Amino acid sequence: MHHRSHLAYRRRENGDAGKVLAAATLGVLAGTVVLVCARQALRSRPVLQPEDAPHHTWRRHAAADRRETALVGRTITVNRPRPEVYARWRDFSGFPDFMENVHAVTPVGDKGARWVVAAPGGGTITFETTITDERPDELIAWKSDEGAEVRNSGRIVFRDAPGGRGTEVEATIAYDPPGGAFGRATAKLFQREPRIQTRRELKRFKQLMETGEVAVAGRTARHA
Amino acid sequence: MRALTWQGKKDVRVETVPDPEIVNPRDAVIEVTSTAICGSDLHLYDAVIPTLKPGDILGHEFMGEVVDVGPGNEKLKKGDRVVVPFTIACGKCFYCERQLYSACDNSNPADKADMSETLYGYQMSGLFGYSHLTGGYAGGQAEYVRVPFSDIGPIVVPDGMEDDQVLFLSDILPTGWMAAENCEIQEGDTVAVWGCGPVGLFAIQSALIMGAGQVIAIDHYPHRLELARKLGASVINYKNARVYEALIEMTGGIGPDAVIDAVGMESHGFSPDNLYDYVKQTVQLETDRPHVLRQAIYSCRKGGRVSVPGVYGGFIDKFPVGAFMQKGLTMRTGQTHVQKYLPMLLDMIREGKIDTTFLISHRMPLEDAAEAYRKFAYEQNETTKVILKPRWEQEHG
Repeated sequence: MHHRSHLAYRRRENGDAGKVLAAATLGVLAGTVVLVCARQALRSRPVLQPEDAPHHTWRRHAAADRRETALVGRTITVNRPRPEVYARWRDFSGFPDFMENVHAVTPVGDKGARWVVAAPGGGTITFETTITDERPDELIAWKSDEGAEVRNSGRIVFRDAPGGRGTEVEATIAYDPPGGAFGRATAKLFQREPRIQTRRELKRFKQLMETGEVAVAGRTARHA
Repeated sequence: MRALTWQGKKDVRVETVPDPEIVNPRDAVIEVTSTAICGSDLHLYDAVIPTLKPGDILGHEFMGEVVDVGPGNEKLKKGDRVVVPFTIACGKCFYCERQLYSACDNSNPADKADMSETLYGYQMSGLFGYSHLTGGYAGGQAEYVRVPFSDIGPIVVPDGMEDDQVLFLSDILPTGWMAAENCEIQEGDTVAVWGCGPVGLFAIQSALIMGAGQVIAIDHYPHRLELARKLGASVINYKNARVYEALIEMTGGIGPDAVIDAVGMESHGFSPDNLYDYVKQTVQLETDRPHVLRQAIYSCRKGGRVSVPGVYGGFIDKFPVGAFMQKGLTMRTGQTHVQKYLPMLLDMIREGKIDTTFLISHRMPLEDAAEAYRKFAYEQNETTKVILKPRWEQEHG
């Protein structure tokens, strides 16, 4: 008696397992449909106003019209007076001091610069940029010349930080990776990389301006 | 040089590694004369702090003689005897200007700072020998150490003061002092201190100096409770007494005005919540075991202060936010802003107002550092503080 009822229980358990599996599958499918619909709805939703948050902090759906070029933005406060911070940035030849992948920047004429940067797979890339807008102590904007392998443009804005905290430096960089739509898709996949680089470069710039050196943990210069 | 390296959980070894050198202009290189093992080094030993790599040199409590100085350092010269704060601070950023040295914006290298920025929302300062989360700087349980921003951190020791008297300026004395300061003690207050390790013991001394009427120390090691009592504290052994009830009774029903968690993320004991935390920490569902913090918050009187010098690294469960909010408590915590306290505490040691040597239980050669860690981890009743001597042979040979 006991034995038989145990078997019956087993059979029922198998049936239940099937039902549970079916329900779970249905649930996952329904969930996916809901998520896809929600995404579409979000995409077509207009940007709610008012909004003062910088564009580079916007959610994907709100920034949809800006996705043609990859955009990186970051602000940092440097505890030094604005003219000093601006002057250091305006001297492009000093970029390799705090930009890890930049080997050299050579001024060309008054508005131009020639960059030699490390290529992702090894070796170097060379390109030229031109200053498109410049207001002393306030703003520097640039654009890469025609034919640059990685087309890029950007602006650095300098503002007095409130409360005598020094200078806010806001970097906005747009870049149009090579390779058309495929290139853009690839760049999107690796979008974190330029973002992380920009963040680190701004931090090193701040270190250099505030302390006179770039912090490294290595015990010896070779391992720094 | 010889240095103590971390190799894995409960595996540390003294090995031969390349000597450090001047890397940045404001650097100095120190030849270590004394270095201690800190209670927080045990969190590294137990591998509950992430981002250590095999081969990392540990140790953040050290002092020694300046043997090399970078061209940008106008404060130190070769031959100076210095104690080095465990927090690395640039002295120039917004935080350093406000004496919040452990929040320094510039001492954590940009590539390492990403980790603490992701984990905590903002990057933390660099620390010596305390994982890559805090910069990955080599520590002081070694013959030599590279000290960055050495014109800000190290304090020169006056002639006539022994290593044993001043070594603890590097961490545990200022940490105990700041723990008491965070209690905002008023004349006659009762302060309850969980954990009678070195930081707890210095917090007891500091609280009494600041005017506390009563300090109640809580631990389970008889020897440590004895040290606390010698300093003037009343003691509770939580193996004998129910802590909350005892605190209520010892304060006439009012409860302690301020509480100090000098234990941190690896609470001992077999209370149900700690067993639950132990399981979760073991399977990595929770990083920290906060039994003491919960009990301290629960025991603190209404409107009281909670001071947390004990180290936490990640996330906890069952934070008693109801008790915290309803009683209107204030919590103050943080890695110690060591540089802020050094001149004052050095004076107090010299004037004999603070005793720093009472807790030293062992002095051993650096070569025996692995054995020293084992003692500190497993024989906590007898091993209150171990000092390692890299020059043992010259001094004893």
